[in-house]
Amino acid sequence: MLIFEKGQPGRFATSQAPKASGKCDDIPAELMRKTPAAMPEVSELQTVRHFTNLSRKNFSIDTQFYPLGSCTMKYNPRGAHKAASLPGFLARHPLAPESHSQGYLACVYELQEILKDVTGMAGVSLCPMAGAQGEFAGVAMIRAYHEARQDHARSEIIVPEAAHGTNPATAVMCGYKVVEIPVRTDGDVDLEALQQAAGPQTAGIMMTNPSTCGVFERQIEDISRIVHEAGGLLYYDGANLNAILGKVRPGDMGFDVLHMNLHKTFATPHGGGGPGSGPVAVGERLLPYLPTPIVGRSDAENGSRYHWLDQDDLPDSIGRLSAFMGNAGIILRAYVYAILLGREGLHRVGEFSTLNANYMATLMQQAGFQLAYPERRATHEFIVTLNKQAKELGVTAMDFAKRLLDFGYHAPTTYFPLLVPECFLIEPTETESIDELEGFVEAMIAIQKEAESSAELVKGAPYSQPVKRLDDVKAARELDVAYQRS
Amino acid sequence: MPFIPHTDQDIQKMLDVIGVSSIDDLFDEIPKHLRAKSLDGVPEGRSEMEMMQLMSARAQQDAGALCFIGAGAYEHHIPAAVWDIATRGEFMTAYTPYQAEASQGTLQLIYEYQSMMCQLTAMDVSNASLYDGASGLAEAVLMAIRGNRKSKSRKILTAASLHPLYEKTVKSIVTNQDIQLETVVCGDDLRVSQDALAAYEGQDYAALVIPQPNFYGALEDVNALTDWAHAQGMLVIAVVNPTALALISPPGEWGAQGADIAVGEGQPLGLPLASGGPYFGFICCTSKLVRQMPGRIIGRTLDMDGREGFTLTLQAREQHIRRSKATSNICTNQGLAVTAATVYMTLLGFEGLGRVARACHVNAKKLAELLASIEGVRVLSDAAFFHEFVVELPEKADLVLKRMAQASVLGGIALSELSGQANPNLMLVCVTETKTDDDLAKYRDALETSLASKGDVSC
Repeated sequence: MLIFEKGQPGRFATSQAPKASGKCDDIPAELMRKTPAAMPEVSELQTVRHFTNLSRKNFSIDTQFYPLGSCTMKYNPRGAHKAASLPGFLARHPLAPESHSQGYLACVYELQEILKDVTGMAGVSLCPMAGAQGEFAGVAMIRAYHEARQDHARSEIIVPEAAHGTNPATAVMCGYKVVEIPVRTDGDVDLEALQQAAGPQTAGIMMTNPSTCGVFERQIEDISRIVHEAGGLLYYDGANLNAILGKVRPGDMGFDVLHMNLHKTFATPHGGGGPGSGPVAVGERLLPYLPTPIVGRSDAENGSRYHWLDQDDLPDSIGRLSAFMGNAGIILRAYVYAILLGREGLHRVGEFSTLNANYMATLMQQAGFQLAYPERRATHEFIVTLNKQAKELGVTAMDFAKRLLDFGYHAPTTYFPLLVPECFLIEPTETESIDELEGFVEAMIAIQKEAESSAELVKGAPYSQPVKRLDDVKAARELDVAYQRS
Repeated sequence: MPFIPHTDQDIQKMLDVIGVSSIDDLFDEIPKHLRAKSLDGVPEGRSEMEMMQLMSARAQQDAGALCFIGAGAYEHHIPAAVWDIATRGEFMTAYTPYQAEASQGTLQLIYEYQSMMCQLTAMDVSNASLYDGASGLAEAVLMAIRGNRKSKSRKILTAASLHPLYEKTVKSIVTNQDIQLETVVCGDDLRVSQDALAAYEGQDYAALVIPQPNFYGALEDVNALTDWAHAQGMLVIAVVNPTALALISPPGEWGAQGADIAVGEGQPLGLPLASGGPYFGFICCTSKLVRQMPGRIIGRTLDMDGREGFTLTLQAREQHIRRSKATSNICTNQGLAVTAATVYMTLLGFEGLGRVARACHVNAKKLAELLASIEGVRVLSDAAFFHEFVVELPEKADLVLKRMAQASVLGGIALSELSGQANPNLMLVCVTETKTDDDLAKYRDALETSLASKGDVSC
């Protein structure tokens, strides 16, 4: 039942609104609202009960193992949330003077420094509000760099075919043409194809490493050489940074610019699909183009002072990406996560996320599941292909995914990357214990048995959720995206 | 190990099963010389207690001032239930609802959010939200360029009364696609000048951007502007404050046909100021433009047994399907912020939102009158305003504001610092329902004291 279908005309949470105040008759009548909006009319208790009950219809990290590949669904520390929710932080206006902002600015500055170190880059801007906006900022900086050098012939961005959909979409938003290059059967980029694609028209390449195939791109130094020799720059999509945090730094691999997903690698909550945060880090030659504002520090005898660096200080910046400074509250949570873990803890992230993925991959393989890249070492995630099950039993990756929900596990990422048929991209993260990893594999084994003995059972799943499989075709054809009061 | 549950026995068992002797062996595909050294720039780890001590001290440093700054972010009362609900782990730690059956909570909530935004703006369709108001306007501009069938122009006309930081944000996002913004100047009443507008008569632009209330707090003559733009074959993009819409005319009812796209900053609907984010941008449009809409949209449908349910729909617009041909590279929405806003709107209802809007307006008028009584101070906003107004001071606004800040009153912003406004003596002041009569009196005293004690301050 929708919230609009509950309550009575005239009802609302009266203690939440000011008492009826004076008139507003100075506003010209033609600018006033004439028809009331049909909003919900419920009490505070009805509100709390409705949304609490809705929340119970969700899977979440707090309630279930959520091994969604490429999304890094790790534990979101409550302490980070609590610290970012301190009244002094919540009440600070984004345009408050620097005299009333030193506490917040100190956190931002220190996170910039930490991110520089873990990525091996020369400068950081925390402005982008999500991974996709970080990608936009990164490619816009590449464009600004070429334009500043009067190198106007560069019109193409190279993207491996396994890349996230945001990569080609971003390149287009920055005014570039996209050239996709193939990935070999061992999961690495086809170097010959890259060699042919790279040239004076190449602005850069966008890639993740480990790639979306769940393997480390071993030829990264060759790729760096080829693209740089052609005059292009290397963009690192930080979607998979968790795999190598503390083990390899993108700056050392030859990347010129990257974005990080703080909602993945730095454990900030995913919030049901955002807010995220996608800071960018750059090497020396892209420093002038970082999006603003950034926080600077000046040291004096009576201590450090923090201040904003804006377009006046960075005249070549690609500019602002939001009205203020990105998702500030997410930045604070990521900062807290970083200082809780510290140097030693950040080193362990890559190690234990990789250990967990390799353990699960081995168990799955031993149980008879087909790994997409069995010859390769898994990174923080790995791919299983259920192509054989789909062909022989008629039970697809989608069916396995839905049946997993009945076993109390959120499904892994399905049908991505597109080049592996009937695939699961599985990412357990470092915060899961061996118990959950084994439980998930046992569920997969049980579903495999069901698929062999009673395929229809699996194909009809899920049975335990508030709804069964939904009619997506109807949803798109008979579009109903807003409640209409009849 | 913080947040890593492995015991020594676990690790040994896992290594044995994998068939390696150490965790380091799992990185054997990475060239040795690329392996990272120690992270010297990162401090040593802290316990939660030590972390909270540090963070509490820092939060305290920034706390305690009375805030009259608006300019796109507004202090409102936030009911306790809003964030108690929004931060339930089931909402806060879920992800994008790809597995619809296991995400009905988030999906139904967003459907309800979309419905409320359509009601508030009087538009047909809302998406599941964008990052913030300013980047939302950039997406609206891209939408208008794609969606205006009558115009092939890659130019957008915008009012000089648009928030300057919105204009900057839009420029950084759209200029790489060869889209240009041109600005219509304002008159002395701080609103779009009808005379200046006449100069654009008959020219080809994809859309006109109309802020309501505008950056200066003033109410534009939106009906005339909308009709004018439509007569020129332009689409109308409304940039609106959601609180104000409980009081003033919603974009869907502007002029004869209504605006085509409505965007704005959702922060006033239950989100704390919090240094500028996370907030969320809302975007609504006519049903004609729905396929040009960026980002997530939730639809209502039926399941295999005929039960009602909710799912992501029209995904063929999006990057994970269309890749380089998508309407935008946007991936997520601001789900948690929208969760809070939906609870906020539900608690207040239309009546409660209207009371908030009226209280803001009445309070702002009260302060404007108090300030006008100070010698040398002039309230410039003579047209009707919502909850912000412009004041001219007898000296530079930034100096006056610095001295007020020393008395713990953040009195507004100096217009010359944010916009191209040449007069350094102007400041923009905001008052919402959170301010009492005592607060207003304190503001007046602080301003008087500041004006009496001339000179620079170091801070």
